[in-house]
Amino acid sequence: MLYREAGDFKTSYAEDNQTFPIKFDRWRYYVVLAFAFLVVPFIITDYWANAIFVPFLIYAIAALGLNILTGYCGQVSLGTGGFMAVGAYAVYKLMTAFPEVSIVVHVLLAGGVTAVVGVLFGLPSLRIKGFYLAVATLAAQFFLVWLFNKVPWFYNYSASGQINAPERTVLGVIVTGPATEAWAKYMICLVFVTVLAIIARNLTRGAQGRKWMAIRDMDIAAEIIGVNPMRAKLTAFAVSSFFIGVSGALFFSVYLGAVEVGEAFGINKSFLVLFMIIIGGLGSVFGAFAGAAFLVLLPVGLKVLGVDILGWPTDIVAHVQLVIVGGMIIAFLILEPHGLAQLWRLAKEKLRLWPFPY
Amino acid sequence: MKLKKLAVLTLGTMLASTPALAELVFPSLSYRTGPYAANGIPFADGYQDYFTLLNERDGGIGGEPIRVVECETGYNTEKGVECYEATKGEGSLVYQPLSTGITYQLIPRVTQDNIPLHTMGYGRTSAQDGATFPWVFNYPANYWDGASIAINHILDQEAGSLEGKKIALVFHNSAYGKEPIRTLEELAAKHGFELTLIPVDHPGQEQKSQWLQIRRERPDYVLMWGWGVMNQVAIQEAANINFPMDHFIGVWWSGSENDVIPAGMGADGYKALNLNAVADFPVYGDIQTYVVDRGLAAGAGDQIGSVLYSRGMYAAMLAAEAAATAQGIHGTAALTPAMMRDGMEALNMTAARMEELGMPNIGPEFSVSCENHGGVGQAYVQQWDATAQTWNVITGLISSDRSVIDPLVVEDAAAYAAEAGVTPSCN
Repeated sequence: MLYREAGDFKTSYAEDNQTFPIKFDRWRYYVVLAFAFLVVPFIITDYWANAIFVPFLIYAIAALGLNILTGYCGQVSLGTGGFMAVGAYAVYKLMTAFPEVSIVVHVLLAGGVTAVVGVLFGLPSLRIKGFYLAVATLAAQFFLVWLFNKVPWFYNYSASGQINAPERTVLGVIVTGPATEAWAKYMICLVFVTVLAIIARNLTRGAQGRKWMAIRDMDIAAEIIGVNPMRAKLTAFAVSSFFIGVSGALFFSVYLGAVEVGEAFGINKSFLVLFMIIIGGLGSVFGAFAGAAFLVLLPVGLKVLGVDILGWPTDIVAHVQLVIVGGMIIAFLILEPHGLAQLWRLAKEKLRLWPFPY
Repeated sequence: MKLKKLAVLTLGTMLASTPALAELVFPSLSYRTGPYAANGIPFADGYQDYFTLLNERDGGIGGEPIRVVECETGYNTEKGVECYEATKGEGSLVYQPLSTGITYQLIPRVTQDNIPLHTMGYGRTSAQDGATFPWVFNYPANYWDGASIAINHILDQEAGSLEGKKIALVFHNSAYGKEPIRTLEELAAKHGFELTLIPVDHPGQEQKSQWLQIRRERPDYVLMWGWGVMNQVAIQEAANINFPMDHFIGVWWSGSENDVIPAGMGADGYKALNLNAVADFPVYGDIQTYVVDRGLAAGAGDQIGSVLYSRGMYAAMLAAEAAATAQGIHGTAALTPAMMRDGMEALNMTAARMEELGMPNIGPEFSVSCENHGGVGQAYVQQWDATAQTWNVITGLISSDRSVIDPLVVEDAAAYAAEAGVTPSCN
């Protein structure tokens, strides 16, 4: 009833090309944004920020980044954790070296540094594909973690090898360090997510995104029709790494405040983000959000259900959680390889016909 | 998207409606899963069983019942933060995360939220400077003490001289394992031994290359800063290369039954430091009567008397004693975290009190003050007897070389104070 195109006339190309062509979708999007910006900051608590919203938003950025590389350009990467580490260590070095510069600039610069590193490790993609590329990015993962552990310059020669985020402000509001208010943490992540998601959406539906998708679908055919594979692949690595670098920088500075590289950015992180885009949906901006929300909320939800409500022992709940997440990944791969985004798409198709399906 | 938010909100209201009761809340950030579970389980069992004992036998502390809130961290910092945020609203009196990584996360947070943090024998060593770290305690000993105690023990073995000796440190490549390096470097300069650093990455199941290096370089002694599955693997590998086990010394986190039993007879003679003595304490009788026989034992209830169980119990005992001290200071049975902190800072452990609690000589005598949150820095050395399957304490309490450690503490605490913008003060 509400969700349909009928009667929603487009009279210009701009209207026809907008992100949400259906009026209801568009309104829903504005409502979600308004809720996220105008309501959540006033009701958010420490627990909600630190356990749910901030990790969700940060992982959403990482998933967006990996989705550009893997979902849109078809280059499998297992180096996400390593690239997040680059973002984190870059922002740390910048924060401590130039304390007078705004943290926002540092986070963006950290993304830039990661983009350069990403392009460097993307070079093998020009010669190798598929599993072999996955192994090359895996090498990046291990190399980067080893590097940040090995070279004391990266952690400013601290005795423990940990990096700690000093206190920084944006417009006079503290956003990093222990004194950060829950809403400030949430807001800085939300702003980054919103802007980056809009950029990702518009990149992927424009010429650049089409080139990436052409490479993904068949690189030889794409080359024949005039897509430069080197540029397409390297831009995908650069943009993807930029996103992942920003998420790593926020992960360290805003969310955790102190990290050690092996523990926070190990291979598990790469797999976690990969699972997010697989469950969420490859090649979809919504999928990145859905996957991040799913994998951040599921453990917390199961814990609340199992420990706080049902009163089960904590170890049983932790084990059950592994079983459920593993089972769901297998179930998704078999039943819906396109992920939550595809379920959402199907639901929308059904809604268009409701209540009179044929 | 909307539905998800709704679900989230519903969950939130359920969380928020948890009632706050007049109890003493001791959160237990434990790990019973993952590669560190073998060590996490006995500690968590000991920690909880002791509080259960106090509830059952004495009706809590000072008549106030105790509630232990367990939260599974899996030795993972993200989950540790989640656990901290989830439990801090319940009036948690003191956090003991049993993880150096989580400790580094929590130091700024507890300082902000004014909740004490007790990192017994782990965590950030310079936290012993209570003027800089008012909310963090690491009595009775810390890693730098551990490094120094191990070297002092070797000095005893080598008739007082380490000139020209080679000592290797096999360490968990994390904040935890890196802690002793600084001290060992200083000690190497002081005593003239050569230090080789051999990192092992998390989780430490693969150490062939590290032990090949040890086999090639033949160090006189090997020290180990390991945890979880890394310990078992290292001891097995050492046995495989026929390294003399009595020249292989682990820190107190690398010396539990779980670590040596898998290597069988090969582990015979392996040494480890220990913060707390292992003995058949009278308190175990009470635990049997009041906790196990009533079916209240934490976990599987099969850990009683093991090294890490007794350490968990020791940690709980120190927390309970601090709570009792706090009740004495403030004249009220219902404590706030700030009162708990005062109790911890005024804690005075005497031999008589330990005897009275049914655990004679479980740890050193020490007292805490604002200047010193780190206790006395003493530990035992114990040796594994694979035939009898027991750890034997082979030395008395060994003291650390404070002349080396104290300047390092001052330096590191000053660095932290500058970085975090803290003005150290004691008043």
